Amino acid sequence: MADTPTPSVAPSAPTLRRSHPLASREEDLRALTGGSVGVRPHLAMAVVRAAVPGPAARAAEDVLGTALPTRPNTWAPAAPGGGGEPGAVVWLGPDEWLVLADEPRPEALEERLRAALVPVGGSAVDVSAQRMSLRLRGAHARDVLAAGCAVDTHPAVFGAGTSAQTLLGQAGVVLLSRSDAGDDYEVLVRSSFARYLADWLLDAFVEHRGAEAPRDPAPDPVRPTTGGATP
Amino acid sequence: MQLIECPWCGPREEVEFSYGGQAHVPYPESPAELDDEQWAHYVFFRDNTRGTLAERWNHGAGCRRWFNAMRDTVSYRFSAVYRTAEPMPASVPLTGAGSSSASATTSTTTSTTTTGR
Ligand SMILES: [Zn+2]
Repeated sequence: MADTPTPSVAPSAPTLRRSHPLASREEDLRALTGGSVGVRPHLAMAVVRAAVPGPAARAAEDVLGTALPTRPNTWAPAAPGGGGEPGAVVWLGPDEWLVLADEPRPEALEERLRAALVPVGGSAVDVSAQRMSLRLRGAHARDVLAAGCAVDTHPAVFGAGTSAQTLLGQAGVVLLSRSDAGDDYEVLVRSSFARYLADWLLDAFVEHRGAEAPRDPAPDPVRPTTGGATP
Repeated sequence: MQLIECPWCGPREEVEFSYGGQAHVPYPESPAELDDEQWAHYVFFRDNTRGTLAERWNHGAGCRRWFNAMRDTVSYRFSAVYRTAEPMPASVPLTGAGSSSASATTSTTTSTTTTGR
């Protein structure tokens, strides 16, 4: 105890490796869905509370470079944060929004918003670790969602820029539509439900596996047989 | 499954909502002067309406807002939803099949039970 001198420097300093709740599912998702379901890890997220119209809402709009969407079930693209993909501002309630941003340091999003919002009566809280982002793409994205989501996702009513906070496979999700063709969705799910939902998506995808590739043509009964006598 | 219309999000499955009891039960104006029985009336006693009742609902799986709804306690049919800041609809026209019999029920059960208000 006391007689063993503690080394001042550890022989090999342990390094912290950044991980996320879907690290164990990324490979399966890629392989089993043909890349139709992708994971967007380490996305910066913040919840903004502000009265609209008001100084706090205007301050948020200055930081985000877009108007806060005031229509329920909508989202708006926001200025890129740390130089990555454009972010998003999602309507969560009449005075509540979820901001998504591609930031190398997730806390930076909260810091930028707080600095602008708090002096004028708004609030911004970092919720980056609260949810995971899954991206569903392809012709069967809608069918997969329909297996466990009651919201009408037809592009006529759920085109690009619409969103829904609802249940998918009984897990609470924020669903964003990113296309007018009904083939590109972003699913934000709470981290503790992420592995469950990834497994649920893999299961829902089974019936569509390989469907993206052209199938073997079914034997056509009326097609004349080439080079043979007609039966 | 029944769809309930959230005044913010629109129609959603009923599993997304939770029930919050009777709406428009005001907090006592002078709580310090209430005796135990009056408190009991405020905390526990509610109308037991057969017919349309104004109720509080929460859209827990969606926008997480509280709102009020007029619901028929016999048929479970929702006749109106309104935000908490909005007044209770005075007359509630019931829509859909069987509305004539349902509205007859409504008119006879305008509840006047006193709950210590
Ligand atoms: Zn709602």
